[in-house]
Amino acid sequence: MKHPQLPSYLDQSETVRDRFARLKQRDVVLEVKDLGKVYKSTKGDVTALKGINFKTHRREFVCVLGPSGCGKSTLIRILAGLESHTSGDVLLDGKPVTGPGRDRGMVFQGYTLFPWLTVKKNVMFGLEMNGTSAFEAGREAELWLELVGLERFANAYPHELSGGMKQRVAIARALVNQPRILLMDEPFGALDAQSRARMQAHLLEIWRNIDITILFITHDLDEAIFLADRILVLKAHPGEVQELIEVPVPRPRHANQSTSPEFLATKARLEALIHPPEPEPDPDAEVKPHMIRFVNVADNVE
Amino acid sequence: MNLSSWFAVRRELSPRKRTMLGAGSFLLPLLVWCIVSYVPFVWHPMVLVNNPGDVDYFQVGMLVDKGVFAEESSTMQSLGKILPEGNPANPIYLPAPHEVAKAFYTAFITPPEQHDGQWLHESLWHSVQIIFWGFLISSLIGVPLGILCGTYSAVSRLNEPFIEFFRYLPAPAFGALAVAILGIYDGPKISIIVIGTLFQQVLIIANTTRKLDYALLEAAMTLGTNRIRLLFHVILPGILPELYRDQRILLGWAWTYLIVAELIGTSSGITWFITQQARYQHFDNVYAAIFMIGLLGLGSDQLLARLGKKLFPWDRPANKE
Ligand SMILES: Nc1ncnc2c1ncn2[C@@H]1O[C@H](COP(=O)(O)OP(=O)(O)OP(=O)(O)O)[C@@H](O)[C@H]1O
Ligand SMILES: [Mg+2]
Repeated sequence: MKHPQLPSYLDQSETVRDRFARLKQRDVVLEVKDLGKVYKSTKGDVTALKGINFKTHRREFVCVLGPSGCGKSTLIRILAGLESHTSGDVLLDGKPVTGPGRDRGMVFQGYTLFPWLTVKKNVMFGLEMNGTSAFEAGREAELWLELVGLERFANAYPHELSGGMKQRVAIARALVNQPRILLMDEPFGALDAQSRARMQAHLLEIWRNIDITILFITHDLDEAIFLADRILVLKAHPGEVQELIEVPVPRPRHANQSTSPEFLATKARLEALIHPPEPEPDPDAEVKPHMIRFVNVADNVE
Repeated sequence: MNLSSWFAVRRELSPRKRTMLGAGSFLLPLLVWCIVSYVPFVWHPMVLVNNPGDVDYFQVGMLVDKGVFAEESSTMQSLGKILPEGNPANPIYLPAPHEVAKAFYTAFITPPEQHDGQWLHESLWHSVQIIFWGFLISSLIGVPLGILCGTYSAVSRLNEPFIEFFRYLPAPAFGALAVAILGIYDGPKISIIVIGTLFQQVLIIANTTRKLDYALLEAAMTLGTNRIRLLFHVILPGILPELYRDQRILLGWAWTYLIVAELIGTSSGITWFITQQARYQHFDNVYAAIFMIGLLGLGSDQLLARLGKKLFPWDRPANKE
């Protein structure tokens, strides 16, 4: 091990242990039972997910972590009702999920704001589709725009916003429907490091203040540890649950916890899970450059 | 001026260059036309006789072939008779720019020569009406059908194979049939424009509908949008700017069917004007009428383009420029 002095990621402080105990007392919002998904294609069947089991409690923040192609998107799309599953059950508040619905909000990695609507109209969209009057929807939208700090941009069109701002609007648009759970598929994946960190802090802030359960997909280990109560680690081919890790880093979270022993221990565990000990043969390693000097012998840079 | 700045690959030009080149694209052909018309030694294959001399069949104002003129001149010379005189001229079917410009103007102020004739603007107005009705009927069927084909695979499979087949049948081929069914007046003309436009329209609009980012539909579904509302609140507004662009292009196609359409049954509109003028060898009027069609087409398209920018402020490609 690289850090022999690190505690185990399973060690939890008193307060953290208490918190998890209380968390598990809360109602189960989402229950996934033995979920499986097989894609049928001309080249043969692809098992994207197999035997996935987990529960999410009310106001819990769960991150789903895994290598590329392990079925993270497939999982969240099944939860959202955008994709069908081939075996098992998805229960929201005990009722099976059969299709997309407003009780599960979703924020996508790509920007999916409606380009023909202003920011405010985008946020109003969900309410208006469900029969709320335009006046009422407008008032609600203003409230939520204020929450994500974009009230000044209410009348801007999406193409006038930065990537981070677009995702803020997307979050507001999903939350205005007051869903039971917010599903987020690598929502900050396309942002630069700085706005990404800002959005993470902002998301935690929102989560703390409203009654929402969040299921957040990422392939960034630090992001998962920073945000999550528990991390669902998936492995690829087929997509199966490797471990459900309770993050021992205490709340409230802040950026300088990233060097704390709990954080590093969790990260070391995740690294061990996600990057298997024996790396696959890397074709890049085969490339052997043959260095030729193209400059004068006296012309040195070092 | 720096030459390389004119040929930067796929880069926008400065507004000045754009204007200059835009004007040039019209001025260059005009320049060629002027040279051919006004420089006597360029082309000019005919001679306009202004003094017949002793050639008995020559008359003042007669256009004769250069070769014939030279032959007659040498015959007269060898016989010692009076030589004919004349100036180099172009064939009657190529009037000079100023003649066409004059015709362009006078066509609107001179009454028709024939008692049953129509004024130029009356002919044009009739043509515009044919286009309008043809395009309207085509759009009333084609736009909804195209959107439905692009939205539902079942509708697409039921319609598109047949439409793919039908669009290869040349619309004018249905002329005789259209006359038999719809009579000899405007009915068959409008129907030719509909046949020429409709099938392309369905396919193009279906394709435009399919290009709408599916993630937008998914986002709407996770917000609790039902299927009917998806069509009217996501698909329709989502494709609207593209649909508008398609319609502009299709309107251009409808124009190209106009002349053929108007020849069907009793010839009418601008086509009747053109054929009539050509019969009396008023080629300056013919050109004037042709330019008129071009101007109307280009003008209406530019107008629609401007309107599009106003209508769809969120549509970036159209807003750039
Ligand atoms: N429509 C489909 N048809 C066939 N196979 C599919 C389809 N969609 C996904 N897959 C396969 O299912 C597996 C899981 O895909 P998924 O997109 O869920 O992975 P992911 O974890 O989200 O990956 P990434 O990190 O790249 O986003 C992959 O092996 C993929 O090739
Ligand atoms: Mg994915």
